[in-house]
Amino acid sequence: MARDGGVTWRRTEKIDRFNLSAADTAEELHVLAVDDSLVDRKVIERLLRISSCKVTAVDSGIRALQFLGLDEEKNSNGFNDLKVDLIITDYCMPGMTGYELLKKVKESSVFREIPVVIMSSENVLARIDRCLEEGAEDFIVKPVKLSDVKRIKDYTTREFRVGEEERTRKGINKRKQRDSFDLSSSSPPSILSSSPVSSSSSSPESQSPSPSPPSIPSASSAPSSPSPIDSHSPTRRVKTTSSE
Amino acid sequence: MLGLAADRLRADTNRLLAFLFHQGILDEQFLQLQQLEDETSPNFVSEVVNIYFHESEKLLRNLRSLLMDKEFSDYNKMGIHLNQFMGSSSSIGAKRIRNVCVAFRAASEQNNRAGCLRALELLEHEYCFLKNKLHELFQIQQQRALAAAVRYPMQN
Repeated sequence: MARDGGVTWRRTEKIDRFNLSAADTAEELHVLAVDDSLVDRKVIERLLRISSCKVTAVDSGIRALQFLGLDEEKNSNGFNDLKVDLIITDYCMPGMTGYELLKKVKESSVFREIPVVIMSSENVLARIDRCLEEGAEDFIVKPVKLSDVKRIKDYTTREFRVGEEERTRKGINKRKQRDSFDLSSSSPPSILSSSPVSSSSSSPESQSPSPSPPSIPSASSAPSSPSPIDSHSPTRRVKTTSSE
Repeated sequence: MLGLAADRLRADTNRLLAFLFHQGILDEQFLQLQQLEDETSPNFVSEVVNIYFHESEKLLRNLRSLLMDKEFSDYNKMGIHLNQFMGSSSSIGAKRIRNVCVAFRAASEQNNRAGCLRALELLEHEYCFLKNKLHELFQIQQQRALAAAVRYPMQN
């Protein structure tokens, strides 16, 4: 395994997570997935299950609100057993869009702390910005991959431990780190030192380890900026295996 | 010899997949789906793909009936169908189909009916081709599973 700063950080983070109390690690995250496409629901469900999450998948924003107990203006105490740890929703949906769902969740005093992740097949800057400004935790460009799920799981777990005052700071840190570490995301087991501009057959061990952060030739040069400026935005995975 | 049959089937699978990737018909998202299969969910890919086929055929029918209508003008509605088709195609890794949808959508945004018709025909063709190839792939995989079961009956 390479020994550059990036890998060390991740390993530390893993070890750190193992130090959580038994209650934390034993409990699976419960994710509410919202998407009107059956194909996408099946895929996101599988991605989440294989990442050890409990999943409830619904096909609309309205149903999501019903599940949370938000839409009927009833006391939502009855739904405490179905505690949702994360909401992941498609942006483009008939009826209530993912953005509207996001707003409703963030307007609710009970549920506004639940991180909401938006998915979209369109990499539209204005859309991304709008969602982040409204309080979305992250914005994933479809198709969703295992590395995306692993990433959002990571910071969901971390937030519970660190507390919500630090949330904004974490948001910026997330983006910075994602720039550094997302280069290998197209192949989950890959090592961070694999160069993003080399071909897909690059062997990680052949790279000379660089001090943190790893070289990022093609990613944006302002990793802490929340507004992506081009197609290599933090919210778009930088693909290391370009087939074109 | 059953061993040779299993080898041949595996080679067939690899050859077909290599062809599909090389031609740009499938992309890495399809590989991602394959990685999600395991003993608890051994038919995940074919399940998702069959849902995709079912939905796609509905969408294609809708698109065709929209365009065949002499008084057709609802490009907006067509755009909605196209977005759905694009989304699900990209989710299973059907790259070429998705690219045709992009071109189709461009024609639709220009209210170019002739262009839309051409795109639809191309879409139907690409879809048929993909469906045949994936059915072939699933058949080979079924044969492999059978061959393995016969070869190692005690494992079941």
